[in-house]
Amino acid sequence: MNKLSGDITHGASQELIIDGASCASCVSKIEQALAAVKGVESAEMNFPLRTVLVTGDVDSDSLIKTIEAIGYGAKSTNEASDDELFDEKEVADEKYYTRLMKQVWIALGLGMPLMIYGLAGGPMTVETTLERIVWLVVGMLCAGIMYVAGKHFYIGAWKSFANHSANMDTLIALGTGTAWIYSMVVVLFPLALPEMARHVYFEATAMIIGLINLGLALEVKARGRTSEAIKRLIGLQAKTARVVRVVDGKEQEIDIAIDQVQLNDIVRIRPGEKISVDGVVTQGRTTIDESMLTGEPMPVEKAEHDEVVAGTLNKSGSILFKATRIGKDTALAQIINMVKRAQNSKPPIGRLADVISGYFVPVIMIIAVVSALVWLNFGPEPSLAFAVVSATTVLIIACPCALGLATPMSVMVGVGKAAEAGVLIRNGEALQTASKITAMILDKTGTITAGAPTVTDIIIADKSYTENQILTLAASMESGSEHPLAQAIVDFAIKQGVELESVSDFHAVAGHGITANVNGQPLLFGNQKLMLSNGVALNGFVAQAQKLADEAKTPMYLAINKKIAAIIAVSDPIKADSTSAIKRLQANGIRVVMLTGDNRATANAVAKKVGITEVFAEVLPEDKANKVAELQAQGEIVGMTGDGINDAPALALANVGFAIGTGTDVAIESADITLMRGSLHGLADAIAVSKATLRNIKQNLFGAFIYNVAGVPFAAGLLYPFFGILLNPVIAGAAMAFSSLTVVSNANRLRLFKAKEH
Amino acid sequence: MMMINIIGLVLIALIVWWFWLYKPAKAVDASVENITVIVNDGIYQPARIKIAAGKPTKLKFLRKDGSPCAATVLFPDFELSEDLPIDVSKSVELPAMVAGEYAFHCPMKMYIGSLIVVENSVLGGGNE
Repeated sequence: MNKLSGDITHGASQELIIDGASCASCVSKIEQALAAVKGVESAEMNFPLRTVLVTGDVDSDSLIKTIEAIGYGAKSTNEASDDELFDEKEVADEKYYTRLMKQVWIALGLGMPLMIYGLAGGPMTVETTLERIVWLVVGMLCAGIMYVAGKHFYIGAWKSFANHSANMDTLIALGTGTAWIYSMVVVLFPLALPEMARHVYFEATAMIIGLINLGLALEVKARGRTSEAIKRLIGLQAKTARVVRVVDGKEQEIDIAIDQVQLNDIVRIRPGEKISVDGVVTQGRTTIDESMLTGEPMPVEKAEHDEVVAGTLNKSGSILFKATRIGKDTALAQIINMVKRAQNSKPPIGRLADVISGYFVPVIMIIAVVSALVWLNFGPEPSLAFAVVSATTVLIIACPCALGLATPMSVMVGVGKAAEAGVLIRNGEALQTASKITAMILDKTGTITAGAPTVTDIIIADKSYTENQILTLAASMESGSEHPLAQAIVDFAIKQGVELESVSDFHAVAGHGITANVNGQPLLFGNQKLMLSNGVALNGFVAQAQKLADEAKTPMYLAINKKIAAIIAVSDPIKADSTSAIKRLQANGIRVVMLTGDNRATANAVAKKVGITEVFAEVLPEDKANKVAELQAQGEIVGMTGDGINDAPALALANVGFAIGTGTDVAIESADITLMRGSLHGLADAIAVSKATLRNIKQNLFGAFIYNVAGVPFAAGLLYPFFGILLNPVIAGAAMAFSSLTVVSNANRLRLFKAKEH
Repeated sequence: MMMINIIGLVLIALIVWWFWLYKPAKAVDASVENITVIVNDGIYQPARIKIAAGKPTKLKFLRKDGSPCAATVLFPDFELSEDLPIDVSKSVELPAMVAGEYAFHCPMKMYIGSLIVVENSVLGGGNE
């Protein structure tokens, strides 16, 4: 029950969908019953929509119960979860499919025998009175079929016509309508037509309606499969959660529906259970399989203070965690949202098809009229029959749907496929550009390397200090810095049991290091540039630092009172699969460049290890974007990969910005493409999926264009003067029905796409 | 024959006028009434909707048509798309828009509608 203050819920309105209200008299019954519920201020039913709008401080459950008590069904419009909507969609699709198939059999039931009769040489002409009567009966049957099996085409055509628009229905209605009306004129007024033109086309009308319904039915089935990926993501959402609540003064674990979970609730997850909402572990340790979101097959260990993400699977231990993000705020919900949005967005390549679709149907209508006129003026006898056949065939063969479906179907499958591999693509444009990338800039720290540096060497230059003293000074200075290298030194010092001292005059010099005072001593800690600019003599230590750098370590100098005291080296291990992933990118002809703020020697050493030959080293954070621009100026289509935190401007400037996540900690908003797992293979996968999707779109568009460009003139009879061939409208109907099915099936092929094994 | 050719040409002219040149002036004002756009039989009803500029608007859709194309409505200018379940009214939240005309359509552009976003003073309701 809603216990919120009256101010908040007063006058709040909610909508319910009513089931089983078949007559207008139900309206007042339902409205009165609802008005009697305590807290309801008003209840207004919209009968045509079968919805009722209720205002007042009242929860939907009691409203639904009230409606059920008087014999109707009800549900809240807001409560349907994605999962339920998907189930409903499947049920609705199934119903639609069954209805279409029924119509297919009805239409083909008449059309097939008639066509076989015609093909077997039976006369389709009207000469005798008996033939007139028989064809009249067939014509009436055909009208019945048009009503029962094809009503939706005619209603749709009329409504869009009244709306000054035209669509596929318009073409089918005009095509079948023309064939039927002409045939009826032949039957009813044979003398009004030349003898040779007294041919009926009832079989065409029935067959076309049957075939196009068949195409639509198969398309519904095929389309269902295109949304498998999103369905799988939605299926990851848990339905219940076990939370710790105080009941009757005692702390108890109770199972509640997922939408009842509140922020800061303590949630229990047992082995084998799905994580229900996002949170932070408060007790216990376990391993969690995050592969469904990140594509990363290795389970991840989790202990206190680690984040857990809704939809992932707890493997071994039992944990308690505090809910930090619930409902639509969980990472999973955001991922679902983003994938859905991206699936429905269009890459630029689809825009031409969109423009054409806008003009397509009226253009086809004009071509049909022109074709009829040409036949009437220049065609052989019976020119009228030829004119009718060609106009009908033109209207029927043209398929705006194939054109309209070409791009969205492939994007739907491609974006879903990418999501399965832990790659989130923001929109169609990112998808298309990713397929054309010629150069890829990889940030070093956290992208090529693990982003978890550790201290490897401490070289004392001034023997009057011990290693412990050096570490104390360095860690105390770095404790104020947010740089990942600083964190490494602080962590290392704490592990060594060092106690940090207070720091004054802390100053970070971007790209150089830091300066501070500890115990009244002025200290400098940073790279060679920092030392030189402060006049610190490095004596022979440059060579030592160089040696460390050549081992892919980052050496940092510590100067006390402007005198070199020590070198501390930090190394960030290279991710195990960075080298193989970079090889994959290079094998695709992509120029891979490394970008880092680190010193040149370290950068070169890392680059060498992973097989990169081009390095931008010692780049200040604010200059990263300039490096992107530099490559763009060379004519490259640049992808930039970073952790999305300090390289946002570079990600934004790049043609495609890739944010690389660690686990499910994703920077969803900052990049065109987000890689859910830390591996650079995600990058190669993203590019491979984009290329495959674009190839698929091109095949579809090419197919749809060629089909229409070749089919329409053929239908108009362009080949007749040369080869004496005129297309049969029934064949046109079959071609049209299967052209859009072909597009959907080709898009479905993408589901089988596998990014190369790694 | 002459007559037939003239009829044909008139027909072509009518097609051009009816589908391309004719600009329907009527649009339903969403600021005055609570609008539900019915998605059925190949069209959005109403298909032209007037909306006040500069403030977010909720537009309800109710899909009656089983055709798969009708299942999604796209607002390409705002990178918005919404799945429309059958027989369930679905609210689409539109961002604050600057005055202008914006199309919304199904993925195949068979269902087409427009949002006519106008400055508040132009709207008839004046209930703001």
